[in-house]
Amino acid sequence: MRRWRAAGWGAVGILVLAAAWELYKLLGPAQGLVVGAEGSEFLLLPRTHDRAMPHLWEMGARLLAPTSGGDTPPLIVTVAGAAVTTLGTAAVGWLLGVLVGGLLAMLMQRSRLAELGLLPWIVVSQTVPLIAFAPVVNSIGTQLERGGGVWPQWFSVAVIASYLAFFPVAIGLLQGLRSPDAIHRDLMRSYAAGYWQTLIRLRLPAAVPHLLPALRLAAANAVLGAVVAEVSIGLRGGIGRMLIQLAGQASSDPAAPWGPTFGAIALGLVAAGSVALLALGLKNYRRGEETV
Amino acid sequence: MEHGRADAVHAVEASGVGKVFAGRAGEVVALTDVDLTVRAGEFVSLIGPSGCGKSTLLRLIADLDGASSGALTVFGKPAHQARLDQDYGIAFQQAGLLPWRTVAENIALPLELHRVGREQRRARVAELAELVHLGDFVDRHPDQLSGGMQQRVAIARALAASPKLLLMDEPFGALDEMTREYLQSELTRIAAETGAAVVFVTHSIPEAVFLSDRVVVMSPRPGRITDIVEMPFAGERDEALRESPAYFERVTAVREALHGAPVERANER
Repeated sequence: MRRWRAAGWGAVGILVLAAAWELYKLLGPAQGLVVGAEGSEFLLLPRTHDRAMPHLWEMGARLLAPTSGGDTPPLIVTVAGAAVTTLGTAAVGWLLGVLVGGLLAMLMQRSRLAELGLLPWIVVSQTVPLIAFAPVVNSIGTQLERGGGVWPQWFSVAVIASYLAFFPVAIGLLQGLRSPDAIHRDLMRSYAAGYWQTLIRLRLPAAVPHLLPALRLAAANAVLGAVVAEVSIGLRGGIGRMLIQLAGQASSDPAAPWGPTFGAIALGLVAAGSVALLALGLKNYRRGEETV
Repeated sequence: MEHGRADAVHAVEASGVGKVFAGRAGEVVALTDVDLTVRAGEFVSLIGPSGCGKSTLLRLIADLDGASSGALTVFGKPAHQARLDQDYGIAFQQAGLLPWRTVAENIALPLELHRVGREQRRARVAELAELVHLGDFVDRHPDQLSGGMQQRVAIARALAASPKLLLMDEPFGALDEMTREYLQSELTRIAAETGAAVVFVTHSIPEAVFLSDRVVVMSPRPGRITDIVEMPFAGERDEALRESPAYFERVTAVREALHGAPVERANER
């Protein structure tokens, strides 16, 4: 019942968005609203003509039409292929991020010194713009490859995705590892349990309610990071590159860039949904949420 | 009970034990000059107002905190060694069960940590679940149990490694009066069946009198033992005892010890 209601509200949200789009397109000025003097004009309201704002049904129709004319497969197929490619890269990035974030969290929980030394840098790391950071990773990768290492370009994208993904995991897991009550820590001490035993039987299970939202955030971040990194280092085959390519043709084919846009949205939903599936398997570890 | 054995090692022996906490506003003396012997199989309650150090003393015995001064042995060894050897089981005011584990898994936790084999573990858990009358609930999770049932699981868990000493810090403090009295009777039975010594922290006088062989009266600022009152009720702790004049007489004795002088009755003022 509650699930149906949630799905219902979700559908209502999408319908409201669609209605708002079409309503503005219908009522808004075709050339937008421009204020200010000649030469320094400022666009206050966006343009609504068909090149700037295609109808929703045109976007839908474009998805089913051939990707680039002729016998090429429908756009939706190409988009799906690109989305799967990016999803794979993002998944590798997510795994890397979870691994690194998890290790950092455990280190910081274990040692106050590690926390004091690492936590500020972890926070600062997220303020580095991805656009600046991506080419650096890529050039390191290229140099490694030249030096005889194996570093395919997609791996650079995965590393950049992991750079965004590790942050919520490090912060969320640290909080989770610290969440056991004093009474539970006392109990483990009374059992003469060591660090690893306490970690495995108490801290990690207790961390699950904090970890799950962090993993979901990490999944969304990994997708975002992968898309942006593809654009920034120009990796072909993924949805990011496709988005840029089709956006370049938007003046002649305005509905086309919406294909990969929807693809990217679907990608984020699939990534977040996979984590929700994981949460289902860890149901028992979230019991505390209901009792306390 | 092992009253006959003169050479029996005492469960707890404390002499001149003190504890000082370093606080922000300087040092706080939580406990000073505590001398206490708990014989094997004996039930001793620690009672006193907040801040008298009764919980601190229990934590020192459990080696959850270290004593600042004095000598403290548990079964003849330093408290630290006794903890490593699992010579005691402990229960707190909160049951402190792990919510993701079933009742059986919670009881088995200390056994798992000490690498007791699966079969042996299962047999012991079944035994303990019967002991606390929760045989039908072993597959439930803690959030499906009442507070009293959770506390019984905690007691079973404390008993898992068959300790000869049970440390309890206001284990019934958060329960309603009915459940409390029921669990007191249960604890009397369990202590007798297992032959374990019990150190029991409480601030309920009737509870201490009903359960104990001796009641240790403590006083704050600084935390110390002011009196030890003997209870003569060995072997007769049943519901009838709660109504008997001898029981009330002992309740009064403990109350007077707590207040440091004969209690004035309202009509005598």
